[in-house]
Amino acid sequence: MSLLTTSSQTVGPFVSIGFAWLTTTDIAPADVAGERVTVEGCIVDGDGKPVSDAMLEIWQANTQGKYAHPDDRQDKPVAAGFRGFGRVPTDARGAFRFTTIKPGNVPGPGATTQAPHLLVSIFMRGLLKRLVSRIYFPDDPANATDAVLALVPADRRATLIAKQASANASTLTWNVILQGADETVFFDC
Amino acid sequence: MTDLSGYQRPFFGTQPDYLYPPYRSTVKRAPTRPLVLIPQTLSEITGPVFGANAVGANDFDLTSGHDGDPLGERIVVSGRVLDESGKAIPHALIELWQANAAGRYQHPVDNHDAPLDPNFTGCGRTLTDAQGHYRFVTIKPGAYPWRNHFNAWRPAHLHFSLFGQGFMQRLVTQMYFPGDPLLAYDPMYTSVPDEMARARLVSCFDWETTIPERALGYRFDIVLNGRDATPMER
Repeated sequence: MSLLTTSSQTVGPFVSIGFAWLTTTDIAPADVAGERVTVEGCIVDGDGKPVSDAMLEIWQANTQGKYAHPDDRQDKPVAAGFRGFGRVPTDARGAFRFTTIKPGNVPGPGATTQAPHLLVSIFMRGLLKRLVSRIYFPDDPANATDAVLALVPADRRATLIAKQASANASTLTWNVILQGADETVFFDC
Repeated sequence: MTDLSGYQRPFFGTQPDYLYPPYRSTVKRAPTRPLVLIPQTLSEITGPVFGANAVGANDFDLTSGHDGDPLGERIVVSGRVLDESGKAIPHALIELWQANAAGRYQHPVDNHDAPLDPNFTGCGRTLTDAQGHYRFVTIKPGAYPWRNHFNAWRPAHLHFSLFGQGFMQRLVTQMYFPGDPLLAYDPMYTSVPDEMARARLVSCFDWETTIPERALGYRFDIVLNGRDATPMER
């Protein structure tokens, strides 16, 4: 039997009705090991206006670089309280914020290792299907050899790497620019 | 990792493009630069796992949980979640949200001049069973106007959100009702290039699941990306 994937449709303006129950802005409960980070940013549209009705979903590995999923067969531990999933709405100013732990290096294509990264799905009114992006960490030496970053034109790579917020070393900034010269890199995977 | 296969990309024409000007909100929100094609890695083939305790026992029933019964035509919406090879996707989380029978959402942004229903919030969720079956009890939502173009009306629809078994199977879609004259005028529906794919977003009336003297049955099967036959190293 061969079927075809059901078509995607927009989440529309009222997505919070369906999504709010699973809002998760603290991805790593207190007993989960790892370096704590806060990620904050905002989403702006092609007019530079904040997007106040978006939802971001985060997917990540733990500090050992293991995903809480049966297809990850690495012989590494996963704490029972760690799902690795976050769901974060934007507010009236288009801003979002979540806390988590920095993931470890995870296996990449072939025998390579990927730099620590968070996967991001973005949903909003006006998106007929989700956008997929990644958040990398500033000054991580593994960024230089990451196979996915290497596929991104050099002049656009910075859109995927969070920046250290000056006020607080553990707070990172990562913005989503939907259109224009500084447009965030989105993936087809 | 060589024994793991990635997920197939959706077949040509089944998915809308980001930019579809008849749906006006896409114009300032669709990416303008080409997507960067990347291989699926362990990050993309894994995804959140939700255990049996993730949803409450009555979360599938949107007509429950209030002091009284919601107004409207009571319906049962059921079906299966499958991958492209027809394999059932078990224990998959499904989220559902919708307008009430008058076409109004319980949401501060919805200012359509139609009544709210104190007995209807309009959201539910469930997990598929071991054979990929799911079932919701709810009321048929009303059509409602929106400001996309002159005299624009959304056909009655239910919003479905599915996680599948990995990040690559994540899908949000909308289910429509058979025979709705508004479908032909709806830019969300027509954003799907392939007419057959579009038609698969329309549920079927179903005698089998219709409950005598209680509720009409509609059937809606959902297909998520299937697994590639070859391992993901390429």
